[in-house]
Amino acid sequence: MRYKPLLIYLFISSIFLTLVGSIWKIMATLQGLKLTEINFNINFLLALLLSLSLVFIGKRINHLIKILVLPLIFTFIYIALNESAPIWYNVGILLISLFFTNRVKNYNLNYLKEDFVSEKIVFDFLSLFAIVFFAFIILFPFYLMFVTSFKLQAALLYNPLDLSIDFTKNISDQFKSYLVIFKTYDFGRYILTSSIVSIGTVIITLIFAIPAAYAVARLNFFGKTFLSTSILIIYMFPAIVLVIPLYTVFSQLGLRNSIEGLLIVYTATTLPVAIYMLQGYFKSIPKEIEDAGLMDGQNWFGIIIKIIIPLSLPAIASVALYVFMIAWNEFLFSLMFLDNPKSFTLSRAINHLTGDAETPRQYLMAGSVVVTLPILLIFVYFEKYLVSGLTAGSVKG
Amino acid sequence: MNDTLSKIEKRTAYTLLLPAVFLVFAIVLFPIFANIWISFKDVQLKDIRIPEPRAKKIVKSIPEDKTKLKIVYRLRNSSLIEDINNIKFSDNLPRNIEPVDLDSRCEFKSKKIKCDFGNWEAKYRENFEIIIQNTNNDVIDKNIIKSQKPKLSGDADNILLTTKFTLKNFKQVFNENEFLDLLLTTFYFTFFGTVGAIIFGMFAAQLVNQKFYGRTFMRSILLFPYVGPVVALAYTWTLLLDPNSGTLNALLVNFGIIDKPINLLGQKYMTLNLLGFDIKLRLALTTVIMFEIWRYFPLAFLFILARLQAVPKDLYEAAEVDGAGPLRKFINITLPQITAILSILFMIRFIWNFNKFEDIFLLTGGASGTRTLPINVYQQGFAVSNIGMGSAVSIVIVMLLIIFMIIYFKLIGKRANEI
Repeated sequence: MRYKPLLIYLFISSIFLTLVGSIWKIMATLQGLKLTEINFNINFLLALLLSLSLVFIGKRINHLIKILVLPLIFTFIYIALNESAPIWYNVGILLISLFFTNRVKNYNLNYLKEDFVSEKIVFDFLSLFAIVFFAFIILFPFYLMFVTSFKLQAALLYNPLDLSIDFTKNISDQFKSYLVIFKTYDFGRYILTSSIVSIGTVIITLIFAIPAAYAVARLNFFGKTFLSTSILIIYMFPAIVLVIPLYTVFSQLGLRNSIEGLLIVYTATTLPVAIYMLQGYFKSIPKEIEDAGLMDGQNWFGIIIKIIIPLSLPAIASVALYVFMIAWNEFLFSLMFLDNPKSFTLSRAINHLTGDAETPRQYLMAGSVVVTLPILLIFVYFEKYLVSGLTAGSVKG
Repeated sequence: MNDTLSKIEKRTAYTLLLPAVFLVFAIVLFPIFANIWISFKDVQLKDIRIPEPRAKKIVKSIPEDKTKLKIVYRLRNSSLIEDINNIKFSDNLPRNIEPVDLDSRCEFKSKKIKCDFGNWEAKYRENFEIIIQNTNNDVIDKNIIKSQKPKLSGDADNILLTTKFTLKNFKQVFNENEFLDLLLTTFYFTFFGTVGAIIFGMFAAQLVNQKFYGRTFMRSILLFPYVGPVVALAYTWTLLLDPNSGTLNALLVNFGIIDKPINLLGQKYMTLNLLGFDIKLRLALTTVIMFEIWRYFPLAFLFILARLQAVPKDLYEAAEVDGAGPLRKFINITLPQITAILSILFMIRFIWNFNKFEDIFLLTGGASGTRTLPINVYQQGFAVSNIGMGSAVSIVIVMLLIIFMIIYFKLIGKRANEI
């Protein structure tokens, strides 16, 4: 009998179970439950007991009976040792222990004798824990944003831990913050501005980038290598060093507070990466296809429109989505160039809301949901394209 | 024949490239160089507008005589610091209407009042009055007179185009005792933000590279922090970390982990007692770095995952036959395969984090010891309203960037293309 794997298994699995239990407790607390003790030590011992009994029972009794009976016993001891809590909370504990029991069903004394079993155990539980951890830290802020937009400032100040949504309210009360930001704060207009700016940037960028990328990919001209290396270098220069000269020039030309000004700047700053991404794809198109087009008497315009664009739609989609994302999320230039509420983009409008300390935070969060939701939906729907755009473009960001 | 073909090709190439290259030159390259120019000038935010002569026209009726009207032009120089020279004024009058006793600076010719006001110093103001009368002795319609707008023109120096230069801005940038602190804060933020994001990204990539239930879902949500708009996310985090009603502080207090709420974004230092040593932690800066890591580890994740998926599977199978455990496999196979991408990621992310503005600006506004160089550009240029200083700080950033890029291309520039 080797004790090291057994001890490692007991330690890691109990820690895992206790941590998951603690996360569940935190989530429950945030629904307004009055739980004030994590009880880490006691629950750790309890988890240790469960792990120990599981590994010793091993395959000696029927699997189904094992995963039904042990979690139940575990849950009852848990309830006895911890603060009183409603049924749904304890059902959660039961489910977690069920999941855990099922997860370690292969662990028994024989399995612990295999090679590298301790490393495998560590990796197994680490990745299990990593799933919970990453999902939690990523989704929690989004969850908070969403939930807060349905709550009242006063309720949150009174008890910041109660994030539960009151479903008994009628619809117009429930969505009051959204109604207010659209009616009082004119968010409909900002959505329109943001959409015009983002879609406009995509279209203009593509109109400029496709011919340029074609020239870089296919044609020979003096200064080609210089141009293709400088594309990347230019791309590395950040917006913050452009802001002051652009601000002064735009002020003098009267381009501040205008959609045109934003379109120009967004297009220029995304052009290098658009050209870079597109030319890479254009190079992969067999030249013979274009030669056939040349034979048919097409000029470069015809070739780009009739051959290159239809063949590189996936790459164009990637670029378009990437540019859309950049333009939709952009903040620095909209902060500098827009100070008239009539020409605000969504990001700028939300920033403007915070300027007034009196603005209740549910309005702020409702605005945040309005700006976040479209881009996340687009991302989820077009994930494949956007990911390839991100990979190519993510030298920036 | 071939010669003309290549000429056509060249010309086509230039035609295709011209619009894009022009735009990028105008909006990206020109400002970088314009910074150099502005940084040697003493320019304030309010000086940017070109001085112009302005006139507000007010029409007053004269009760005693309905056939006459008084026009008052409120003239002024819009600039508080610059003179305007050679000012010309003109205004049209309708038919049959002419001025009475015109000012000596003006003349009336073909229904037009034309004046030569000469020079106006800065802040100049004058009320300029004209009395007009109808030659037919009819009543004059006030609205017709009002609807006519006077035209003014004048020569003024555009402060941006004068050749007055000063070294004041750079002296101020480097003389400030704060400069070293500024630089250190920037490096601290950049370095830990980059390394943290890469480490988290590596874990996440390693995780998603395995098979488990919900893997595609996991891969999608891992990119959320990067895809979401920075404004929304930063404010959500501010809410989360708020000392009075933030969820995090409330939770920690509730479970007795801390006694009273900590102002994570508003407190410059926190003293930690570790193993008997008092460590002074830059609290707000650390919090901002955490946000930075949270927001940008998805990128590292994306890169590393792409690389991991390209590692041949038989390497792992061979290692398994040789009796290597998971840890050995990671150290001896995975790590060597991803070192190249890790170093590239480090360099690129280092450069980009170095320039990060929005995240810090939205979280703390540069307060509580989180002022980095990019934040300083904004603060000098727009909060202190000293455009010249802002430009000078921009120049410092560009210089440092060029140094980073040289290092980058020397070290891994060539390898970057292979990946």
